[in-house]
Amino acid sequence: MDSPHKARLDKDFSDLYRVHLRDVYSYAYYRIGNHHDAEDLTEQTFLQAYRHFERAQAESDGRPLRPWLIRIAHNLAANLYRDRSRRPQTPIDDTTVLRTMHTTEDLVEGRDELARIIEAIKQLPEERREALIMRFALGMDNREIARAMGKTDGATKVLLHRAIKQLEGIVKPS
Amino acid sequence: MSQSTPHGADFEAMLRLALHPVDPPDALKMRVETTLQEITDAAVDELESWEIGAMRDPRNWVRPLVAGTAGATAGTALVILRVRAQRKKHAAASKGPLDLARRTLRAAAGEARQLARRS
Repeated sequence: MDSPHKARLDKDFSDLYRVHLRDVYSYAYYRIGNHHDAEDLTEQTFLQAYRHFERAQAESDGRPLRPWLIRIAHNLAANLYRDRSRRPQTPIDDTTVLRTMHTTEDLVEGRDELARIIEAIKQLPEERREALIMRFALGMDNREIARAMGKTDGATKVLLHRAIKQLEGIVKPS
Repeated sequence: MSQSTPHGADFEAMLRLALHPVDPPDALKMRVETTLQEITDAAVDELESWEIGAMRDPRNWVRPLVAGTAGATAGTALVILRVRAQRKKHAAASKGPLDLARRTLRAAAGEARQLARRS
């Protein structure tokens, strides 16, 4: 690999890393449920991304690489769950979420509802939970989520719709 | 999605608050950047110190292979192509299979060193 090409690749990767570190970490945190494992998963995601970056960039055809990055995190998280399948994991450490993120005064009134939502997210099937994380924690659109999950845009739209309906049904039973 | 229920927009707003983006700790940023830098440096160092003597021991084949994969995937393909080309010349000049293997390993190490210097 010649130096200018490698330098450009490294710069592009470094830009990708800076722009999406928070996305990967947020995804890892909500997926795994604790900061310690989320840090490990984030690090592993970027290491793996670095190894395959040149090919991914060439194949992306100018499309954003965030779905590819999140897909790597998704696969690594699945491996982590498989390796730990004998030890049950809490999907989201809601006490940490509420303690660290929702203690400002303007949110106090909504704390009960937020707690119910977080509790309800834990009850969703993994695929629905994941789609919600991508939509609401990462702000990904349908097309990005579809690419990250290996689904069609239509199937993703339906998946999100059902996830929100199911969640609403749990949080606000009629 | 917000049209799914009369209160859909409110619910989605709550969902956005519940699944708030989480800022990574500064220590993680340092950790990832350091690890990436180490990988790049280690790949170059491994290839630089790839001595033919050490390569006689199969137990030493793994580390340079990993380094080469991490640091110079495209370059590795180049090394293989060049070594293959040189192998034909070496086959004609070698005194036997062992001698040919030695010449091939030496050529691979030389090509890898050149590549590491250039990257």
